[in-house]
Amino acid sequence: MSEQMIPLTEIREKKARGVRPSPEEAPHPDLREELFELEARGELIVQRVPEPYVEVTTKFGRTKKVPIDHLWHHKSCGQCGHIPGYTTSILWLNRQFGIDYLDPTDQTSCTGWNYYASATSNAVAQLLVMCRNFAAAYETGYYPLIHCGTSYGHYKELREQLVHHKELRDQVRRVLDKLGKPLVVPEEIVHYSEWVHVMRHRIAERQVIDMRGITACVHPACHYYKIVAEDAIYDPDIYGGQRTATVTALLQALGITVADYSTWFDCCGFGFRHILVQRDFTRSFAVLRKIEVMKDEANPDMTVTHDTGCVTTLDKSQFAARAHQRRVGVPVLADSQVAALAMGAHPFRVLQLHWHSTDWRPLLEKLGIDWQKYWAEFEEDLAAIERGEKPGLTWEDAEQPIAMR
Amino acid sequence: MSAVTWSPTKSGQRYADVPEAEKRALFEEVKSDPRYPDFLYGCYECGICVSACPSARFYDFSPRVIAQALAREDVDRFYEILMEDIWNCAQCFSCVRCPRGNNPGGLVTLMREVAVRHGLERAQQALQGYSRVIYKIMLKGNQVSPDMLQPDFFPDWGPWVREFSRNMAAWRKAIPVDTLRNVTDAAWRTDDKTLRELYRIWFETGNMEVIREVDEGLYELLVEIMEEELEAGS
Ligand code: SF4
Ligand code: SF4
Repeated sequence: MSEQMIPLTEIREKKARGVRPSPEEAPHPDLREELFELEARGELIVQRVPEPYVEVTTKFGRTKKVPIDHLWHHKSCGQCGHIPGYTTSILWLNRQFGIDYLDPTDQTSCTGWNYYASATSNAVAQLLVMCRNFAAAYETGYYPLIHCGTSYGHYKELREQLVHHKELRDQVRRVLDKLGKPLVVPEEIVHYSEWVHVMRHRIAERQVIDMRGITACVHPACHYYKIVAEDAIYDPDIYGGQRTATVTALLQALGITVADYSTWFDCCGFGFRHILVQRDFTRSFAVLRKIEVMKDEANPDMTVTHDTGCVTTLDKSQFAARAHQRRVGVPVLADSQVAALAMGAHPFRVLQLHWHSTDWRPLLEKLGIDWQKYWAEFEEDLAAIERGEKPGLTWEDAEQPIAMR
Repeated sequence: MSAVTWSPTKSGQRYADVPEAEKRALFEEVKSDPRYPDFLYGCYECGICVSACPSARFYDFSPRVIAQALAREDVDRFYEILMEDIWNCAQCFSCVRCPRGNNPGGLVTLMREVAVRHGLERAQQALQGYSRVIYKIMLKGNQVSPDMLQPDFFPDWGPWVREFSRNMAAWRKAIPVDTLRNVTDAAWRTDDKTLRELYRIWFETGNMEVIREVDEGLYELLVEIMEEELEAGS
């Protein structure tokens, strides 16, 4: 070993200390300060995070307020229409904790998928869709909780554009005036997984399913932590503060072993237009760069993520790969579904697992959950709906945790 | 357009017959976007963006070359990228780990917008299979909806899709979330008033003109429905 080489012990010691960056080192100024300045000049309204909230640390050591209650559930682009258990689980958790929430009908998707996939929109239109949704939330007094990773990242990107470009602000205000809506920007843009994150100890307190025998890999959603990177939650105790702490910290709180794999930074392969019209790219990327790497390096019982597009991509891409003898077969869940399952949510009435195509049965069996029994119950629900005995499932049908019955 | 793919090793002379002024005008349009200075600061040629980029792995595509070509104002290269590369980007923004603070994915977005705005043939081709999503988003405010999950469109998602499309009506009723229950032509239930506000946004921001450039038939269809709805609501 040459004398210039850094001793391994020194490297290990440095790594063990983790990364503790200071807010002053952040590459961009604090956008919230600029928002408050614009508010002081009468240019816009800042919707304050309501009490109670929890303060968390973001990438460069700034604090971010994550509200716990009075939430306006900004649903996803429609991808949550394909895996509804993602949304159902979030709202089920809200109800279990007695949280006052709103499931609004005065909401559109962020339309960011359309924007990223096809560019058949423009900056002002995108800003207006965002601001119209924010104004709709503000008018109700509830605080927006963003269900989708892309909506969240896109809104952060747009918020930055709104703050930094007066000409865009003026154009947006002109149209909002015509709609009779105020220009409102929330003090913090909050992703639902951040809410799950700050609730994780309360979720763990009410855990009824023992998950200690489970190993999971985490896929952090690109648009959660790559777009406006400074706004994602980090924790020196999770990966030495070098990766976002959301999802991983929840799984650890539930006693799940989180296993690392080398391609964690890679995207899922969604690609916006690719998932619809160039699925060979999506499939190849999801299988070769994510699922097979997880399988080879960690052999997890499941992979957990926090975006509707990522769940869909990783889940649905595994079917065709089987025909090519690829090493697939890892169930894919959202963190909200794992949290709800831990608290005893019904696998079909709440988690809606029948919408997932990669086999989730071995996971439930390993958790000691008699899924056949719950599937039989759900089939009876479906039969009653078919017979016209009930118009559909309601929260009354889905509320009670399975372990308490 | 020929099916030939662009390569980083090419000379940038593939469109020698296209007048320089035409290429320059398109480049200037990208450059004049207010977001452009936020997306490009220069390039070290370090390749960090390439190592993170999913499209660079599966296509002949490079975010580094995009940043380089734009930073050097190489309009020939710019034009090649505009014609051949931009639709391969997965818009994952993994490239924003660029130490120079660049956003190659953002530059691609700006270039796509210009390609669509000018109705470039290549953009129209790239978006041909995408029109039903555009139709959905413009009218419903959702990108995708349960009724789009049909076996002929998603055969590679396995027998699950057939199972789903057969059971869609009942499965959608068996969701306890009020706004999702029993909705099949959108992801969730949205007020008519909300949709009318969305339509006004599309008209007011020139978005309808963008659609006209890329698909005239789709534009006619959308305008008719939207104008009718707006009239009914006024
Ligand atoms: S946004 Fe586009 S250019 Fe950037 S890493 Fe993703 S695929 Fe590559
Ligand atoms: S990471 Fe940035 S500086 Fe490095 S090659 Fe890519 S664009 Fe250039």
